[in-house]
This record gives sequence, structure tokens and C-alpha cells, in this order.
Amino acid sequence: MLDESAELSVSITQIVQRLKGTHLHSQLEKQAKECLHKPEIKLETLKDDVRRLLKASGMTCLPPPRHPRAPPEHTKEPLAYMRKAQVNWEKRILKSLNSMCTELGIPLARKRPVPEQNELTNKWNEMGTDEPDLSKFRPVYAPKDFLEVLVGLKNPNNERSEDLTVRSHWGLIQVSLNVRDIPQTREMYPELGLTYGQLGIDDHTHVPPDLFESEHIHIGKKVVSEHDSAAAQQYSRQGCPTGLRAQLWSLILNTTDDPEAITHYEQLKARVIHHDLLVDNLIYKDVKLTASNDDYYFVFEDYLYQVLLCFSRDTAVLEHFNYNCATPPKSCIQSKSGSEQCAVVYPPNGVIPFHGFSMYVAPLCFLYNEPSKLYSVFREMYIRYFFRLHSLTNPLCVLSLCLQFERLLQTHLPQLFYHLREIGAQPLRIAFKWIVRAFSGYLSTDQLLLLWDRILGYDSLEIVAVLAAAVFAFRAENLMEVTSLASAEAVLADLSTLKVMPLLQIFLFATSV
Amino acid sequence: MSKNKQTAGHKGAYSSQRKKEGEGRSCIRYRCGLTNTIQDVLNQRPGWVEVKDDGEWDFNWCDVGWLRENFDHSYMEEHVRISHFRNHYELTRKNLMVKNLKRYRKTLEREAGRLEAARCDFFPCTFVLPSEYHIFVEEFKRSPGSTWIMKPVARSQGKGIFLFRKLKDIIDWRKDGSRSEEQKDEAQVESYVAQRYIENPYLIAGRKFDLRVYVLVTSYIPLKAWLYRDGFARFSNTRFSLSSIDDQYVHLTNVAVQKTAPDYDPEKGCKWQMQQLRQYLTAKHGFETVQTLFKEIDNIFIRSLISVQKTIINDKHCFELYGYDILLDQDLKPWLIEVNASPSLTASSQEDYELKYRLLEDTLHIVDMEGRLTGKEKRVGGFDLMWNDGPVYTDVGLEALGSSCLVENTLLGCVNDRQKQLQQLLKPFPGQKRT
Repeated sequence: MLDESAELSVSITQIVQRLKGTHLHSQLEKQAKECLHKPEIKLETLKDDVRRLLKASGMTCLPPPRHPRAPPEHTKEPLAYMRKAQVNWEKRILKSLNSMCTELGIPLARKRPVPEQNELTNKWNEMGTDEPDLSKFRPVYAPKDFLEVLVGLKNPNNERSEDLTVRSHWGLIQVSLNVRDIPQTREMYPELGLTYGQLGIDDHTHVPPDLFESEHIHIGKKVVSEHDSAAAQQYSRQGCPTGLRAQLWSLILNTTDDPEAITHYEQLKARVIHHDLLVDNLIYKDVKLTASNDDYYFVFEDYLYQVLLCFSRDTAVLEHFNYNCATPPKSCIQSKSGSEQCAVVYPPNGVIPFHGFSMYVAPLCFLYNEPSKLYSVFREMYIRYFFRLHSLTNPLCVLSLCLQFERLLQTHLPQLFYHLREIGAQPLRIAFKWIVRAFSGYLSTDQLLLLWDRILGYDSLEIVAVLAAAVFAFRAENLMEVTSLASAEAVLADLSTLKVMPLLQIFLFATSV
Repeated sequence: MSKNKQTAGHKGAYSSQRKKEGEGRSCIRYRCGLTNTIQDVLNQRPGWVEVKDDGEWDFNWCDVGWLRENFDHSYMEEHVRISHFRNHYELTRKNLMVKNLKRYRKTLEREAGRLEAARCDFFPCTFVLPSEYHIFVEEFKRSPGSTWIMKPVARSQGKGIFLFRKLKDIIDWRKDGSRSEEQKDEAQVESYVAQRYIENPYLIAGRKFDLRVYVLVTSYIPLKAWLYRDGFARFSNTRFSLSSIDDQYVHLTNVAVQKTAPDYDPEKGCKWQMQQLRQYLTAKHGFETVQTLFKEIDNIFIRSLISVQKTIINDKHCFELYGYDILLDQDLKPWLIEVNASPSLTASSQEDYELKYRLLEDTLHIVDMEGRLTGKEKRVGGFDLMWNDGPVYTDVGLEALGSSCLVENTLLGCVNDRQKQLQQLLKPFPGQKRT
């Protein structure tokens, strides 16, 4: 009992702290002051009266925090060997970054001369037309490098025999984390069940719209007009209609159009103009290699630069390290006098982009085209979800997603898993790239957005692991006939025709357990 | 009496092939003047055999040159089909299209009033040169500072097109000695059109694009037209800006022109499928706005076809697959840029190949040499019947909604689940088992 209320007061203090200085806070203050002038207020019942009048004036109580900060003991990884692995990994990528910097003789950061600043300002909306020489730059790491780290993770207390038995784990991940199986996942995702309507299934061409779709859209419009964030999240579990998705996601993520957000973005833009960072080149290279080569995202090249360059300079992102067991990379800079060195976080947001990073932003360009709006939504999605896909963190990160994927496959498609293992095609080697990107760039855009609807609706990335297993289940017949890793990859190379929701529904609710 | 069997290459007289009404043919002899996707489609169609040179044919996918030279001298049996109307240029040559549209508009205004005539205002203000030069100059002077575009009437792929803002520019052009001799000679005979340039195109991520949509006409009197669900948006490779009207790469979105632009990367591709575009616009503007937009686009097809209905020589042997180029402006108003009688069937990528393959396959299904259709279908594969001597409405609308709400039978940019539909609709080819 005591713990709970202590926890609650910590959360409340945190919220109050966050609110201070925001527009909402000043609005509340102003409104409260106005209430004081009303005749109904009595000194004895001041608190209650003010609260009542605030409610009556339309300022409702804040909904309970949807995304509470993790309790203090979870912010750092309790398992020592995981912490060690994360630290080693961070050292490796920082070393890679620094050595690239030394090799190329390019400073990590430099102030732009004024003519260059002006040029960049003029070209801000068309940075994609630039063709800088990026041949010397390599991505700092690719997802498969990170996979090797995950595969190498071992609990030193656990003796693993090499025998392959029914009880042993056949996959690559060697740590035992608690992950959900199908019955537990069903409990977590009831709205994906067969008795619920879904966008992605029940809006199909030969389903009459009044069975589900029309009503669902009608409800969606109401949710949007009432600005109800909690309702939007619940609603999103059954999919967001294309015409309402942008507003619904904004509501769920609590990103607003208020002047604060726009000012913040403009400040970041100014930082980009003033200083050039080495990581900018990594961003350019990544966009050119991935998003620009994509049949659908190539159009949004300019937006991607506008978002990602600002993102690197956003120190507000550092806050997420409070619940991410990673630590932001630091680099030494020389002070002006040249005598001292001090460690600063580099890049300023603490996130070193890797190969494919820009694909987190690309699908969002379909929904938002004002840069500050696009930026806010992306940043929020990053600090809630995407960071988990490339770091070792509690409670949910890419490691547990990989393990969940492997366990689901082993439990429900043991023949397939065994076969693939025997031919040297460990399923995770194929599925990992899908998981790291939350399927961005692999599914067609409309299907991807339906998947991300559920990530937001259930506030969890688990669905990504489940989908990966469902894809294998779908192509199981063909996969049973392949005889090499290369041919297995070929079977799973093109996911652009997949319909995500039927696959998930069948896997979760129509598979005998 | 032997009916359908005909061994390949056997040149028989037509009479031995005549069938009873309703029975399909099993061997169809075709001629094909092109060497791209259509060649594959015809080649792979069960029971179709190519004939060359002077062989007799049942089906001819010809180019317009062949048509011009041979159509008038060919006798065609009743069942024979050819892929163009004799005087299609009434719709596809820019000067003639403008003339026909303007005349139709006038008639509409006289008969049905201003409001109805205003529904024809989907083509930018256009004048044929040199014949309308003087009224063009009047209009030009009335709107100083606006940009105009000059297009040769009968060229394609963006050739010969340029933008101008000052009369001086075109006076110079007419006298320009730097143009090749060949061009000068052509200019004597060939007309140009000067058209108001749409200065506020709808941009996606700063880029201009236009739409390519496919419309199949199987008869002009009565008018029967089908609309294909697939199509694509072609993007300009560079960012749109009015300051560089000399940069034709910015303004012209033909793939052919983009291919020669210095920063063109063939790996990149600069097309979006129509479904992608429709989803993007719906996400931006909402479902109802986009519905209205696509209805207005339908309006362009129908009215442009009606305007030439009486001019085109109707011939039951003829059908034509048109490629319409549509441009959207920032207010989401669609504009007709031009109509192509020979839309490019060469594929720019694997995806593009598949789209054109499907399109041509479904075209052949509708032409129905095999006699498998009843003639009452409202949908064949990816084609939806858009106009059948009057508007066409879906059947679904009436049942599900119960009220008298009629829903137009067009689904541009919507899901194209043609395989399934074709399986249910068509009997297998003779000799082919249903899979």
C-alpha cells in the first residue's frame, strides 16, 4: 500500500515537473486565477471549489498517464551480463565512428561559414538535389552486426548443452527471457480476434461496408472531434481509416500543433544551419541508399533530411535514456584553448544512425507534410518504440522480440524450424531485418500503416514478432521445399503482397494450440 | 462439319472459320505491329497465333502509321477487330481535340445552360496556331505575367514543347534560325497549340506529377467506355519552381523526358501506382474530398468522349485503348492535358511491365474474340464499365444502402482483384482446364 502511494506521488511530481513551463500549465494557471474571482469560492473549501469550477469551465482532469515512466529500479538493466554487452556494443560503434572521423580527417562537428549557412537556408526544401560525395562514408553499423551481438549474449550462469532436444531452444538467441506464447498473446490482443471487426480485413472489397466499416469510420470521426487520446488508442486497435489516421496518431502520441512545437522545430533547424555534423553525412548516405531507392518513399527524400538532421541535434531526445538502459555516446571535444578535453554527448541526441534508420521516418511522410508536425510525431514514436529495436533495454526490446519470434516458431511450426535449421537457414537471420525496422520498407505502405496502428493501439512492439512468425507460417509450404539459406531468403524476399491482418488473425486465433 | 479446329499457320478462306453465333473461336490469327508488352500478351494468349506479312488476320494491334495506310483498303469480316478508330486523331491531336471540345461546350451552353457547360472547363485555355494567333494574342495580353506552354499538335514524349511568358519569345521562335531545317519544314504544315500553363500544380513533397489513366472505348455510337483501375502518377525528378521555366525537366513529367534529365537514375523510377496516390490523397484530404476528385476525373473522360462522338467514324471492328494525361492543381481540380491513342506499352520496370500486361490482357478479354462474355458485364478484370450509352451504376450500391443512392461504377485507384473476378466470370479457354 505504502509503495503504491509513494510510486503515485513520484509519478505526480514528475508530471507536474513536465507540465511546468508548458502552454497547458499556463492555461490552467490562468483559468484557476479567473476562478478565484468568482463569488462561489469560499476560503475554507478553496481547493475543491477551484477544482469544481475548472471542471465546469471545460478543463477536465488529465487522464491517468498512459505511458508512465518505468519505476526507478527498471531504468537500468538488472542483469549484469546484459549491461556489459550493451556497454561493449556502444564502445564498438563509437570506436567505429571515431575511426571514420580520423580516417577521413573530418571533424565530428564544425561551424558552418556564413555563405554556406545561407546556401543551406535557401536549399532547405530541396536538400535531396544535392549530390555530395558520400563514397568515403560507410554506415556505422548495419542490423546484421547488431544481430551478432544479440546472438552472442549468454547468461554465464547457465550451462547450455549442445544437444538438440525437444526441450532445448533451437534458435539463435541464448538468453531466457520471459516472452508471451500464443494463449497469452491472445489475451493481450483480444480485439484482433475473429469476433471483432478489423480494418485490413472487414473493409475488403466484397464485405458490405455497413457490416463494420461505416460504423467504425463514424466512431473514428467522433473520437477525433472529441480529442480523446485514450479513446483514440483503444480505437486504433481495430485499425485507423486512411482519412483519419493522421489525426488519430497525433492524439495517441499527444503531439500537438501548438506554437511550442513549431518553435522547437525552428530552433533545431537553426542548429542544423549553424553547425555541420559528421553524422549528417551518415544520414545523407542512409537516405540515398534506402529510402531514395524505394518505389514509394523516394518522393519524400527532402522531408527525410529535414526530419533526421534536426533529430540529431535534439537534446530533448536524451530524456529517453532515463528508461533506456543504453547510455548516450560521448565524444571528447577540445576546448577553445586547446588544453582541456571534455566529454560531450555526440551526436547531441545520443542516437547514432545506422543503415536503414531513415525507414523509421519514411512511412510517416504519408501522413504528415508540415515538417514540424512530421518531426513531432517521429520523435515521439522514436522515444516510445523505435529505440527499443536497436538497443538492449527493459522491459521490451529487440532481444525479447527475437526470442518471442523463435519460440513461437518452434512451438507452432516445429517441423519447419527444424528443417530450416538443418539446411543452415536459421529463421532469425531472415526475420531480423524485418523486426529491426518494424517491417518498414518490406510491407506495402497501407499494410505497414495498419500494423503500426496496432503498435500504437496496444502500446507494444510485440505484434512485430508475432507477424514475423505469421509470415513464416504463411509461406511454410514453400519453405519446407528449399534446401539452402539463399533459397529460403528468396521465398521470403518479397512481402509486398502480404495482407497483414488476416495473417495475424489466423496465426493468433485460428491456429490450434 | 468441322467447326473450331484450325491448325496453326493454315491459311484458309474466311468462310471455313465462320462460327455459329455465340461460339468462340479456338484459333485466332493476329497481327502485331509493335514489339513491346503487347507482343508478349498476344503471344501467350491460348489459341492465338501470329500471322506475318500478307496473311489474313482476325485481330490487328496496329500502329497509327499502318492504320493510315491500310485501313481504307482493308475489307474486314464481321468478327475482325482492330485496335484503332479510323479518325482517332479527332480526340488525340491537340488542335482537333480543342476544337471539338469548344464546339461541344458551345452546344451544351445553348441547350443546357451555363452551369452544365461549365462542366467542360477542364482543359486550360488553348489556342491553335497559326490559325488562332490573333485571338491568342488578345487573351495573352489580357493576363500579363502568366505562363504559357507551346506544344506541337502531333508530337509525343514531350518533344518540341517549351514554356514562355513574353510574346517576344515566340516571335523569336518563329523566326529562329537555330531550329533544324526539318523542324522548319514541319512547322509550315504542322500546327501548334498555345495553352495556359497551370502554375499551381498539386505538389507532393515539392514535386510535380501527372496522372496516366487508361480508358478503353469499344464503341462510339452508342458510347461504351471502360475505365481501368490501375494507372500511375509520373513524378518530375526535380523540385517544382516557376523561376526556372527554361528547365523543361522540371515541368514535363513524361518518363521519356525524365530519362534524359541529368540526374535521372533509372534504378529510382519516378512513378507511383494509382492506388498509392489515392491512399496518399485520402490520408491528406479525407475520403469525401478524394471521392469528389475522382468523380470529376470521370467527368473529364466522359465529356471528352462525348464531344467527339459524332465526329469519330464509328466502326464495329474498332476499339481503342486511350492513355489520358491528367494534371491536378492545388485546389484538387483535375485538368485534361491530353489524350493518347497509342499510350506507351513499353515497360520502365518490372512493376510497370506487370501493370501493362494486366491492362492488355483485360483489354483482350473485353474485345472478346473468344466469345465468352454475355455483353451485360459491368466489370471485366481490372476494367469497370464507366459509360454505356448513359452512366453506369454499381449493383452493390442499390442493395446495401437500400435507399435510392446510386454509386458510379468507377474505381480508379482502388483495389484491383482481377484474378479472382476473372476466374468467376470467364469460362476457360477452349482446351484449357480451369485451375
